[in-house]
Amino acid sequence: METAIAFWNILRKDIKNYYLKPPNISWGIIFPLSWTLMQLIRSQGNIEIIDLLPGLMAMSVLFGTTSMLAVTITFERRGRSFDRLLIAPISVSTLVLAKILGAIIFGIINAFIPVVFAAFFINLSGINWAAVVIAVILIAATCALLGLLIAISAKEVFEAQTFSNFFRFPMLFLCGLFIPIEKLPAVLKPISFCLPLTYGTDILNGAITGSSIFNAVFNIFIMLVFVVLLFYLCHKNIRKKWIL
Amino acid sequence: MSIINVTNLRKLYGEFEAVKGISFSIEQGEVFGLLGPNGAGKTSTINMMIGLSRPTSGHIRIDGIDAIKDIKKVQKIIGVIPDENNLYGEMDGFDNLCFCASLYGMRKAEREKRAIQLLEQFDLTKAGNRLFKTYSKGMKRKLTIAAGIIHNPKILFLDEPTTGIDVESARQIRELILNLKKQGKTIFITTHYLEEAQRLCDRIAFIVNGKIVKIGTVDELMEDMEAGHKIKLQLGSSIKGMKEALENNFSDCRVEMPDENSCLIISKEPIALYPILEFLNSKGISVYEAKQIKPSLEDVFVKITGTSLKTKKERVEK
Repeated sequence: METAIAFWNILRKDIKNYYLKPPNISWGIIFPLSWTLMQLIRSQGNIEIIDLLPGLMAMSVLFGTTSMLAVTITFERRGRSFDRLLIAPISVSTLVLAKILGAIIFGIINAFIPVVFAAFFINLSGINWAAVVIAVILIAATCALLGLLIAISAKEVFEAQTFSNFFRFPMLFLCGLFIPIEKLPAVLKPISFCLPLTYGTDILNGAITGSSIFNAVFNIFIMLVFVVLLFYLCHKNIRKKWIL
Repeated sequence: MSIINVTNLRKLYGEFEAVKGISFSIEQGEVFGLLGPNGAGKTSTINMMIGLSRPTSGHIRIDGIDAIKDIKKVQKIIGVIPDENNLYGEMDGFDNLCFCASLYGMRKAEREKRAIQLLEQFDLTKAGNRLFKTYSKGMKRKLTIAAGIIHNPKILFLDEPTTGIDVESARQIRELILNLKKQGKTIFITTHYLEEAQRLCDRIAFIVNGKIVKIGTVDELMEDMEAGHKIKLQLGSSIKGMKEALENNFSDCRVEMPDENSCLIISKEPIALYPILEFLNSKGISVYEAKQIKPSLEDVFVKITGTSLKTKKERVEK
C-alpha cells in the first residue's frame, strides 16, 4: 500500500508539474497537426489520409514521450530534487515505472490527436482498434524508456535534447513512418529492423491500412522484448550512474 | 546503545579516495557533528549512509539494519536534509510537504494534517500556498527541513543545515534541531561552522582529507587546549622592546604581541596578574583591560588538523 501511495503521487506530480503545462499541451496538438498538414500539402492529393495516419501516430508518440521524459528527469537531476526520489523507501523499479507511466499516458494522448483530426475527413470504421491501442501503448512504452535511457546519460537539459534528436530523427526515416521499409536502401534495412519503432509502426500499418510486413503477434512479441530489454538497461544504468 | 555504527568506511571516485576508512558510532538520542573544511569527505560520508552513494568498502549499520544491503529499510526510518534546498520550485509549500510525505507511504489525511502542523511550526503558514521558487533562502531552508522530518523519522541527517541563510533563520533552525533532540531523535549533522557545532552537538568528529582525526565531546576536545592559560592585556602605550624584560621577570610566562597596544601572557600555570600589572606600572605603562582568553573549538580544530575551517572569504568577512 505504501509503495502504491508513493507510485501514484510521483505519477500525479509529474502529470501536474510537467505534462499539463500549456507549452506541452500545445506541442502535443500543434506538432502532429502541422505534420499532417505538411504531408497532405506535399502529396497534392495523391496520398490518402488513412495511409498517413500510422506514421503520424507513431511520430507523435515518439516525439512526445522521448523529449518529455529526457528533459524533465535531467531537469530534476540538475535541481537535485530527483535525489528525494532516490532516498525515498521505494525500489528503483517502482520509481522507473512511476516516471515512465506519465510519459506513456502523454504519448498515448498525443497518438490519438491525428486520429481525432482524421475523423473529420475519413471513415475510420474499418480500423482494428484493439491492435491500434496495443501498438500505441507499446510504442509509448519503448519511447518512454528510450527517453529515460537518454536522461540517465545526460547531465544537462541541452544534452538530453541533443541525444534525443540523435535517436529520434534517424528513427523517423528508418522505421517506415513515411518511407516504406522496402523502399529503403539495402544497407539501411538491417538498421531499420533493429529499431523498436519499426515493429510498432508495422502493427499500426496492419491495423489501419491492412498492409504490414510481419504478423501482428510477432510484432507485439518483439516490442515486448524491447520493453523488457530497455527497462533492464534503465534499471541497471540508474543504479550504476545515479547511485554512485 | 549505539544506533549508528560505521566501520572502516571507504569511498573511491576513480583514483581519488574521498573517504579513507573512517569508523565511528552514534548513540541513540545523540547529536553527532561531522566537522571539516570543504572537500573533507563530509557529504561523501553522509551520502553513503543515506543510500545516495555506494561505499567502496566498509560497513554501516543503522538501527540494527545493514545499510549497504538493506538501504530501503533504513530509508524508512531516516530523514534527510541535503545541503541544497531541493524541493520542487513549481509546487507550493503545502504540496511539496504532502508530496514528500507520500513518498513514505503516508495517507492523504495524515500527510495533510502533518503538513499543516509543520507549516505552523516553521512559521510558514502564510507562505504555504506560495510556489517554492518564490521563497527567500531562509524560508526555502526551513521548508526543506520540514520536508525531511514530515514522516517523523527516528534518525535525522542534516548536511550543512544553516549554510547561506540569514542570522535569524539560522537561529530558528538551531532551535528546531535542539527541539528535535529533546524529542529523542538521533541527529547526524555536518557543518563547517564550529560555533554551531559547539552549540548543538553532544559529540564531534573532525574530518580532514577523508580521515577522522579526532572524536569527542566538546569538553574532551577542549581539554588539550585548556592545558594552558592566556590573558590579553590592553595597554595605554606600546611595549615594543619590553618582551624580553617581561619574559625574564616572569619566567613561567611567554609573551606575544598581537598588535602595538596589547600583549598576550601565556603560561601553563594560572597567571598571577598583580605582579605583571605592577611591573608594567613601574615602566609607566597603563593597563586598561585584562581579559582571559578561552580557546575556541576553532583553535582546537586548527591545533589538531593544522588547517582552518573558514575559507579566505569568510575570514575576511569576519
